[in-house]
Amino acid sequence: MSIRLRLILTLTLATLAVWLSAVVWIEHSTRAQVEQVLDSRLAEAARMVSSLLSDHRIALTYPGALIPADEHDGYLRHLSCQIWSEAGVLVGQSSGAPEGPLTEVPVEGYSTSVIEGEDWRVFTVVNADLGLRIMVGDSIAVREGLVFDVICGLLLPAAVILPLLVVALWIGVSRGLRPLDRLTEALRLRSPLDMSPLPLAPAPPELRPVHQALDGLFARVRQARAHERDFTAFAAHELKTPLAGLKTQAQIARRAPDEATRQAALAEIEASVARSDRLVRQLLDLSALESGEAAPQAVALEAILGEVQHDLAPLAAKQGVALAVAGGEAARLPLPRVLLYTLLRNVAENAILASPAGSAVRLAARCAPGCCVIEVRDQGPGIPEAIRARVTERFLRGPGAPVGGSGLGLAIAAAAAERLGAGLDFPPCGPEGGQVVRLVLPRPG
Amino acid sequence: MRILVIEDDPVLANGLSVGLRLAGFSPEALGCLADARAALAADDGTFGAVVLDIGLPDGEGTALLAQMRDAGDRRPVLLLSARDRVADRIAGLDLGADDYLGKPFDLDELAARLRALLRRNEGRARPFLEWNGLIARLDTMTGEYRGTPVKFSPREFALLHHLMERPGAIRSKAELEERLYGWNEEVESNTVEVHVHKLRAKLGAAFIETVRGMGYRLAAESTVGGAG
Repeated sequence: MSIRLRLILTLTLATLAVWLSAVVWIEHSTRAQVEQVLDSRLAEAARMVSSLLSDHRIALTYPGALIPADEHDGYLRHLSCQIWSEAGVLVGQSSGAPEGPLTEVPVEGYSTSVIEGEDWRVFTVVNADLGLRIMVGDSIAVREGLVFDVICGLLLPAAVILPLLVVALWIGVSRGLRPLDRLTEALRLRSPLDMSPLPLAPAPPELRPVHQALDGLFARVRQARAHERDFTAFAAHELKTPLAGLKTQAQIARRAPDEATRQAALAEIEASVARSDRLVRQLLDLSALESGEAAPQAVALEAILGEVQHDLAPLAAKQGVALAVAGGEAARLPLPRVLLYTLLRNVAENAILASPAGSAVRLAARCAPGCCVIEVRDQGPGIPEAIRARVTERFLRGPGAPVGGSGLGLAIAAAAAERLGAGLDFPPCGPEGGQVVRLVLPRPG
Repeated sequence: MRILVIEDDPVLANGLSVGLRLAGFSPEALGCLADARAALAADDGTFGAVVLDIGLPDGEGTALLAQMRDAGDRRPVLLLSARDRVADRIAGLDLGADDYLGKPFDLDELAARLRALLRRNEGRARPFLEWNGLIARLDTMTGEYRGTPVKFSPREFALLHHLMERPGAIRSKAELEERLYGWNEEVESNTVEVHVHKLRAKLGAAFIETVRGMGYRLAAESTVGGAG
């Protein structure tokens, strides 16, 4: 349901409810007032007739019209008076009064009776001196008519005003929601590339948080885009150097004056293609880490370590480095397999490339109830102190970095560790040298 | 002509070494700024030009360029960079570079630009060296001796080029050998003699003089057959 419709319905129904309860309350109080006033009139009239009779200001001559018929419209016309003797003889009555007695109640006071199917309210005065009973009564239907007139007086204007009220509400709500319409329109017309803050149109206080939240979102998207653009530019530059190498080597191969030069150039081309391939794979890894969704599954640590060892065996053999794997036998961890594999592969690859020929790289896993610790230990020169803190920056290559590295391996490892919620640190080299990369994986349960 | 190449990518550095050698230069490739500084400090002016990569593992190549210019070094510097937007080129040239090439580049273009830089630096107007009736074309590595075209092998031309850069100056055997390093063939103890012999066969025995115990030089212009 739209806000506009909801607001108008709510306001209309609430107004209606207030109005109706006012009507009910007014009906009640009017009825009470009318009864009180008319009751006291009945009593007054009866007493007045009684005292007039006592004073002999009026005489009872014949049974009939004691009180002349009042031709006025309205309530008084319905006031009826009867004078009865103690013997039960009607000595006088007003015109229009019913034939039978107004009430059967003999004592003085108010009573209610039904005469000719009509409800009557009657006041009786007993004039003991004259031996007369004076009854003055009125029709209850007339009283109801009075109350009904009052209620009608309330409801009729309401019936006219209510539609006007709905129109007024419609206009008011529409005007109130106009900033929202403007915001909607501004967002609808926006180009997907436009990440500038929203125009500073006068916004009501209720919309300001929305404006702020949207501007905040735009700023974050802008930042992410800039980051992505920087990264893409950087990646393109990183690919241009190997391309330049390939191009020069290809030109050399084509015009080499002798076979040895040609073969050397071709070998360089092959090596360069292998390195560029690695760089592209790493770039893809990184972009998959940033955007891809990876579902956790029960991962056997030992199997992953084995897989890393198997996949890196050709590289290790080429570098003359022994790659050993230990531990992790029984541990099964609920995490996205591809993340852990990417992480370990990149760290191990880095370690192998940093290792001198004839040395060893060890991947060792130790599991405790709360966590699993995987250490990748090499016998290379270690990360220089100067860049230890920045070692996970993208495209950062240390002064003594292995030839052909992309500067992405540890950046990928750090990104994967972050998504795994794991700790990745590079403790300073010990006295025995070599670098240790330590990964601490949380292990629930 | 000796060229100092500073490039950290091993494949490209190798390509530059071999490629520039094929184009008749004598390049020496180094991989980082520290090595380059040491080489420039130890060098007594034999590097004719510097090919400098901007992104190096121990800093920006432009830092070395600024340092060279601050020290009054006027040798031509050609910047190589993957960052080759116009703004990057302008920044590099304004820092004192003589030329700027974006990666990837054409080896022939690089060689031609280096030749142009060297020509300008040496104050020559024409793209060839001339001595004693021999015109040596640096771009094609061919010559014309007294109106007759002459062909040289790359090694012969490298030796000839070095001698013709400063005719009359004595070039030691070690210096000439250095020009021949880096070719895939071994430099034997008599390699220089072999190539000098071949050159003499093409240009006449008197064109190159042997200075006993010191090395070789080109004969003075008047001694070989006059002005042809």
